[in-house]
Amino acid sequence: MVVPAGYYLLLAAALFSIGVVGVLMRRNIIVMFMCIELMLNSVNLTLVTFSRINGNLEGQVLSFFVMVVAAAEVTVGLALIVNLFRLKASTDADDVDSLRS
Amino acid sequence: MSAVLAASEGVVPLTRILTAPGGSPVDLAWLIPVVPAVSAGLLLLFGKRLGRLAAAVAITAMGYSAVASTLVFAFLGSQPEGGRTFVRTVGTWISAGPLQVDWSLLVDPLASVMLLLVTWVGLLIHIYSIGYMHGDERYPRFFAYMNLFAASMLILVLGSSFLTLFVGWELVGLCSYLLVGFWFENRDYATAAKKAFIVNRIGDVGFMIAMFLVFFAFGSLDFAQVLPEAATVLGAGSVTAVAICLLLFVGATGKSAQIPLYVWLPDAMAGPTPVSALIHAATMVTAGVYLLARTSPLWALVPEWGLLVAWIGVITALVTALIACAQRDLKKILAYSTISQLGYMFIGVGLGDQVAGIFHLLTHGFFKALLFLAAGSVMHAMANRTDVWGMGGLLRAMPITAITALVGVLAIAGVPPLSGFWSKEEVLAAAADTPGAQPIWLLGAIVAGLTAFYMARWFYLIFLGLPRWEADADGSVPHPHESPPSMTLPLVVLAVLSALGGLLNINPETGFLHGWLEPSVQRYAGETPFLAEAMAIVLVVALSVVGLVVALLAYGRRWTRPAPSMGAAGAAQRAFYVDRFYETVVMVPGWLLAKGLATFDRLGIDGLVNGSGRATQRLASVTRRLQTGFVRSYVLAVLGGAVLVGAMFFGAGVGW
Amino acid sequence: MVGVLAQAAVNEPSNAEFFVFIVIGAISLGSALCVVVLRNAVHGALMLVVNFFTIAVFYAVMEAQFLATVQVIVYAGAIMVLFLFVIMLLGVDSEQDLRANPAIPAQRPAAAVLGLVLFAALAISVAGPYLQRSSACPSTEAAAAATDAAASTSCVGLAAANEQGNTQGVGALLFGEYVWPFEVTSVLLVIAALGAMVLGRKDEPPEDLVDVHVEADPIGAYRADASEEV
Repeated sequence: MVVPAGYYLLLAAALFSIGVVGVLMRRNIIVMFMCIELMLNSVNLTLVTFSRINGNLEGQVLSFFVMVVAAAEVTVGLALIVNLFRLKASTDADDVDSLRS
Repeated sequence: MSAVLAASEGVVPLTRILTAPGGSPVDLAWLIPVVPAVSAGLLLLFGKRLGRLAAAVAITAMGYSAVASTLVFAFLGSQPEGGRTFVRTVGTWISAGPLQVDWSLLVDPLASVMLLLVTWVGLLIHIYSIGYMHGDERYPRFFAYMNLFAASMLILVLGSSFLTLFVGWELVGLCSYLLVGFWFENRDYATAAKKAFIVNRIGDVGFMIAMFLVFFAFGSLDFAQVLPEAATVLGAGSVTAVAICLLLFVGATGKSAQIPLYVWLPDAMAGPTPVSALIHAATMVTAGVYLLARTSPLWALVPEWGLLVAWIGVITALVTALIACAQRDLKKILAYSTISQLGYMFIGVGLGDQVAGIFHLLTHGFFKALLFLAAGSVMHAMANRTDVWGMGGLLRAMPITAITALVGVLAIAGVPPLSGFWSKEEVLAAAADTPGAQPIWLLGAIVAGLTAFYMARWFYLIFLGLPRWEADADGSVPHPHESPPSMTLPLVVLAVLSALGGLLNINPETGFLHGWLEPSVQRYAGETPFLAEAMAIVLVVALSVVGLVVALLAYGRRWTRPAPSMGAAGAAQRAFYVDRFYETVVMVPGWLLAKGLATFDRLGIDGLVNGSGRATQRLASVTRRLQTGFVRSYVLAVLGGAVLVGAMFFGAGVGW
Repeated sequence: MVGVLAQAAVNEPSNAEFFVFIVIGAISLGSALCVVVLRNAVHGALMLVVNFFTIAVFYAVMEAQFLATVQVIVYAGAIMVLFLFVIMLLGVDSEQDLRANPAIPAQRPAAAVLGLVLFAALAISVAGPYLQRSSACPSTEAAAAATDAAASTSCVGLAAANEQGNTQGVGALLFGEYVWPFEVTSVLLVIAALGAMVLGRKDEPPEDLVDVHVEADPIGAYRADASEEV
């Protein structure tokens, strides 16, 4: 039984979709952030799969950069979340509605 | 007389135009309207400070115009026959492509006689006003308006193009409004002023359309370019000529109070009596007659429509004479009489005998102004009462007024040898001579009889018989006395003119006026009398005398009380309900239309404007729901858009 | 038994890969669903850690050994730890989390639809061409030579690229062709660290750091809660 490369791509698509649904449906900011990380990982998986399909390592290099940037993003994002929590005393994303008409 | 008239179409006027030498009275003629206008301006600005002196300023201005007009007349007289038409251009006004209109004066014999009438009668009335308006709180303003009116009328008379004449036309309408509504605190007087202006305006629309047609046909509005070319450009019987002439006549009915636009003149008696004398007897109302006489070459192309004008004139004369027989207000009697006599003038110019029309215009100016001033004198003495049935026997109290008024009455009744007889006879002779106009002669003769009747009634009830006045509501009783010399002097002068005015044109073919006006008008009246002249004259005079005698006997013996206001007399007293008719037919629909449009404006247009505001608000309140403020909905929007874009790319790739 | 398995692995490497794919893929999907569904944030974070490990396994299977290691170290080891720290810092109570917001009633259905549409679109456009048997990737160089290189959707495999080892290959690219983005991302990391320090700072003077009276001070609130329970 062989695993066509497309199976990995399919899995990555599924993970991405799950991440999307999570971002849209959950109200806890931290859980939303985690779902974004899930999406990033699925993209990384796609990149690595394609690097394997194409036979060169450039996909992996790009994936590496994505990881680095994701790390930086998590750092700053969580600092912001802490700040937001200090302001609102709540982790509900729907409590941040100053722009609400 | 008329049978011996030379059958002549007359020289087409304005074919030979000269320029006056510098410094001559014609060259300085532009000052004739300007001096009163400047005086009016000064009085309006500084009147309060001048006070009683305002009269002096105004009279000086009018005096200048009168003297200058006389000099112009003399100058024209010194010119050889055929060389009496001058154009004096003062400046360019409109220069817009094909339309060229200048501020220029047309000084010719017709204009010169009108000038004399307006300025001298105006001067006399200004002098009269010193006494009449004495003590009025707006004394200077009255003189300012009177001067302004004089300036406007002079512009009208001296204008060398349709447009300049129209400027004067409109200005006299404005001055009429200002002067009729002089005592505007009284609501009725102000309404009368409005009525005068508005009804005039209706006629002016006809004038304006006529001007458009003239410009369209001739390419110019200048009399010198239109009138000599009338026959060549339009040709006899042309539809354009008919349209122009009838539209000009519509304007004339407005200004000169003929059917259907005469209803303003009786109401305009709300103004001070000098105003009635000047505007509504001698000058403004004659502007229509002057217009038709001036444009005689156009009328000569369509004589059958001139016959229509004469018919309207005689019917107006008849109807208003009947109304005058039943009126109680002494000024209203004179007002209806004015309309009636204007009808005579229109008979004259309509039938193509412009000299007759202008002659009657002049004599009417004399005796009607006289009658109005006499009425003013009576009102001055009777504490402004106007009901003739509340007067009587004033001959003893105010003899000068009474005797001059008698001269006026005899003149208007057409008793020879006073001026009215000569001019009326000439007008009726034109009717008798023109084929198809014989009924007009007959009706005109009947009107002459009626005129004599109601004027004798007027005179008798005011000046003869026993005094009938009673105390006022507050118990005051008038003590009539003769008026001051400032008022009686003009009366005497006008009486002399009314008596001797006939000398202007005793013989229709050799009279002074006939020869004098020949270069200015184009005559097209008939020459075939259906009745021997002497017979005609005698008949008319007989009718007049009968009317006089009947009135004197009736009011002397039998009718010592006012007639009951029922039946035919009642209808005449209420002016045959014409005002009521206009109210129902014209005013009420107009008012309803205005209300409807106002409602449409409020609901429709404002609704549209406000509604678009409201719609924007509603749209905004709907679309603001997009601004949920929640990050998650924005993320949904972003992702949704991304999916859409991806689908588009995918579709493009696949080939949708 | 092991020998048989090893023999089977050498002769039919795809079999092992398939087995790994099925199991690890199931765990991956399951843990991802748990992240989204679980109410407790800590549980969700732990599930995410599991998911990251499965991803690392996939990297290893796909001959991206360097990346697998980095995944474990950075993602599972650093990022998730950071997440857990913050969750603990901010408090774990989140019962109200799973209620739908009544102000935007269309959010949930739209999200579901969007997820499905997205998955369908990605599956068709990205994964679709590579689902044939011919897209299976060879694991050895010999097998790579035997594949039909002409097919456009065939998998080349990283046997050739990994000749000197995966790390060396990635390193060669990183410090060769991609050295400029590499340096820039390192600067980015420094900036991120500085930014996090600045953002995370409190503005009160140092002597008030441990102060139960300051509002929205989770440490203080936590201590107050703890003292109340006692």
